[in-house]
Amino acid sequence: MKKMSKLQTAICFAVVVLLFVGGWLVEKYAGTSSMAVTVLQKGAVYALLAVSMNLLNGFTGLFSLGQAGFMLVGAYTYAVLTIPMAKRAAIYQYYGGGALQFTMSFLPALLLAGVVAAAFAAIIGFPALRLKSDYLAIATLGFAEIIRAAVQWDVLGPVTNGSNLLKTYPTLKSILKGTFMQGNTVVFVFFMVAVCIGIILLVINSTYGRAFKAIRDDEIAAEAMGINLFKHKQMAFIISSFFAGIGGALLAMYQGSLQANAFKSSMTYEIMLMVVIGGMGSVSGSVIASFLFIACQEWWLRFLDETQFIGDFQIPLLGSGFRMVVFSAIIMVVVLFFRKGLMGDNELWNLKLPKKNGKKVKA
Amino acid sequence: MSEAMENILHVENVTMQFGGVVAINNLSMDVNKGEIVALIGPNGAGKTTAFNCITGVYQPTNGAVYFKGKPIAMNHPTGKMKRAYAGQNADKYPQKPIAMTPDAITGLGIARTFQNIRLFKSQTAFENVLIATHLRRTSNLFTATFGLNRKEEKAMREKAMKLLEIVGLADCAGEKATSLPYGKQRRLEIARALATDPELLLLDEPAAGMNPQETEDLAKFIVDIKNEFGLTVFMIEHHMNLVMDISDRIYVIDFGKQIAEGKPEEIQDNPAVIAAYLGVDEE
Amino acid sequence: MLNTLLPYLLAGISVGGQYALIAVGYTMVYGILRLINFAHGDIFTAAGFFMVYLTAALPIWQAVPLVIILTVLLGFTVERVAYKPLREAPRMSVMISAIGVSYLLQNLMWYVTGGLAKQYPVLPKLGDTIQIAGASTKVVTLVTPVLTVVLVLALVLLIQRTKIGMAMRAVSKDFETAQLMGIKINSIISTTFIIGSALAAVGSMLYFSNYSTVTPTIGAMPGLKAFVAAVFGGIGSIPGAVIGALIIGICENLIKAAGYTTFSDAFTFALLIVVLLFKPTGLFGEKITEKV
Repeated sequence: MKKMSKLQTAICFAVVVLLFVGGWLVEKYAGTSSMAVTVLQKGAVYALLAVSMNLLNGFTGLFSLGQAGFMLVGAYTYAVLTIPMAKRAAIYQYYGGGALQFTMSFLPALLLAGVVAAAFAAIIGFPALRLKSDYLAIATLGFAEIIRAAVQWDVLGPVTNGSNLLKTYPTLKSILKGTFMQGNTVVFVFFMVAVCIGIILLVINSTYGRAFKAIRDDEIAAEAMGINLFKHKQMAFIISSFFAGIGGALLAMYQGSLQANAFKSSMTYEIMLMVVIGGMGSVSGSVIASFLFIACQEWWLRFLDETQFIGDFQIPLLGSGFRMVVFSAIIMVVVLFFRKGLMGDNELWNLKLPKKNGKKVKA
Repeated sequence: MSEAMENILHVENVTMQFGGVVAINNLSMDVNKGEIVALIGPNGAGKTTAFNCITGVYQPTNGAVYFKGKPIAMNHPTGKMKRAYAGQNADKYPQKPIAMTPDAITGLGIARTFQNIRLFKSQTAFENVLIATHLRRTSNLFTATFGLNRKEEKAMREKAMKLLEIVGLADCAGEKATSLPYGKQRRLEIARALATDPELLLLDEPAAGMNPQETEDLAKFIVDIKNEFGLTVFMIEHHMNLVMDISDRIYVIDFGKQIAEGKPEEIQDNPAVIAAYLGVDEE
Repeated sequence: MLNTLLPYLLAGISVGGQYALIAVGYTMVYGILRLINFAHGDIFTAAGFFMVYLTAALPIWQAVPLVIILTVLLGFTVERVAYKPLREAPRMSVMISAIGVSYLLQNLMWYVTGGLAKQYPVLPKLGDTIQIAGASTKVVTLVTPVLTVVLVLALVLLIQRTKIGMAMRAVSKDFETAQLMGIKINSIISTTFIIGSALAAVGSMLYFSNYSTVTPTIGAMPGLKAFVAAVFGGIGSIPGAVIGALIIGICENLIKAAGYTTFSDAFTFALLIVVLLFKPTGLFGEKITEKV
């Protein structure tokens, strides 16, 4: 990884600060329940999810489709641990008030969400990571399905509430209530996501990140250079799942209620497509793509779902569901014709770097 | 082979069989510390397969490989292979099979280059070498992520840059590895292999695709790095000038079997070698 | 004991046969392109919707062949539009494209149907209820295994005995060499998709006759299970896919019989993982070694 110049670092810092200020202003003037704020919140959560998936698929070259499963683990861990004692009896009404008789505050629960997801990854990775590319994809997809089935299993009901809804756990709004941050949900989410993505970036730029990229480029050569394939794949898998778990928990905070059935493989596919649109192997690409994806899906293409008239002429085809058709067609165009996505494997902060022979590289 | 020499690589009765095809048949070879040894033979003789058995890419069907006296691979035919086995010495290695992985073997001090260049495509020349320094790290994931290994990181970068200088690629450090001309890619592969701090360097056709001038330069270069890093070199090569110039000893194999072994001048006149390369009329 | 298990066994064989018809499509495509065709399950669903809409306007005997033709056209188009341009691209790109197609088809079906479950037409005879050894079941349960075996035998004959079958085998063994030998790769690949889609169409008729409603995402799960069946049987092997599918169908229903319905889907994936760990080549698969 190239080292950034002082100027570039300063510009990056400025951009991040601007994003925060922008988010703060949008929420202040458009209101917390506006569409813009929804997009910013959800977009930020998906940015983290896409980056964590990119770490695996784009940077380590492991085609894993287990994201939804790890998100589910994270989301459930968070929700189960934070539901207030007073509300448990009502929520776990079919399971005698639930098995857990304690509750914790949001921050440790959020961390635990990541840890539990990572623990699952460690167990799952042990068999799955020995498989070749496309078998790995189908095996991780399978694991995600198994997790989803297990969570809904009656026997685990006292903990997971079976297939019933989990709610009344701390949400983005309720966490900030009564603090100096009250009403600043966007800044709050941005902060959490920025910290996580920042850590992922540090990993990618470390010597371990370089080893991941070596595995992606050529497994056999990487192994011949002394890189233990399994150990490093396992590392990437665990880190990615840790942040997928945290992302899942943040998604739960954003949604306000939780049901295992929503974490289907199509959720993984959507995140996969964000990664592809942004560019496999580009963190900034994933972030930009996530916001674009969510904005198109939730907002900008909304008009396609409603019948519209130009004068007396009713525009044909428009109607419920058309938005998603157009949207997925756009995605197909990207996948087929712009295979590198928005950024390829470049980063926003490397784009202007003049490519002179070696002189930029500092020992 | 003088007796004072210290053995570094010992290949013993190695047979590699794929299904019904015997790629290497009961091959035994020795490489001593500080030597340059060449492995030659016609195309398809099993040279690269032999390298793959030494570096742990393949597990031999039968036989053993020792590095500095420590077994790194040992096997005897089992299961289906037991019946299909067409080699010799099937009962000589009844012990529990040993199969060290390529990365562990590299860790012990054997590094290699590839016949069909395998550089890390998306990375620059500098990064290619830098990646190979990862093996000797002392930092762990945590310290590396949070920049608590500044010193080591700096040392890694310095080492990578120094190796690029040694192989004469310092001025292309920032270029994508795959955009380099062929000869430079081969040198880069050697630099990358050196970054793992090997004692034994396996070169798989280092001069392939080079012109006579480049080949001559390479010969000098191999001797230079051998002396500078105190290496032992074991190479597969087709350029006979290169082989005869710098090798201390030569192994010749054909159809997976050793047909000759000796000093360059002995090999040059060996009738079996000439027959293997030029072909002989059947009687 | 047998009396209680019999309905489950019958259902298992039946659903296994239906999975088999889908699995053949997966295994053939994988054998030739090394691609998990994630859209195959959605093509199967589309066949279901074709039937729903066609029977609204046409008599059944006209609708059935039309459904097969439309499904084949869909499969053919998907290959030409989404996979053919990526022939030289890394495998991961093609798989992503397959995921994209799946996403597009699901959204398209959602749009056309308004997201509502559609009642599948009752096909004459297939939907009738009959009694076997005291257990009542639909005729389709009995027809499925027979039809599956007949179709698969026909396919195996096609592959073993005809020129195009030989070309298919050649392409699946070695893509590049087959091309050099003058085999028209693209038409072989198209043929593969056509056969796969036609079988999926037949499979959908049998499957939905049993389950009676079609929703835009209903094909995803049978699709994945069929893929697992293909892996279990040894990817690329047609008899393997059929046997794998039957085993999965039966096990799944026995698990339901044992009262663990939640895990009937999960079982398939657990099986997949066990197979991949202990016999990655499946029951009848061939081993491939990578050249260094």
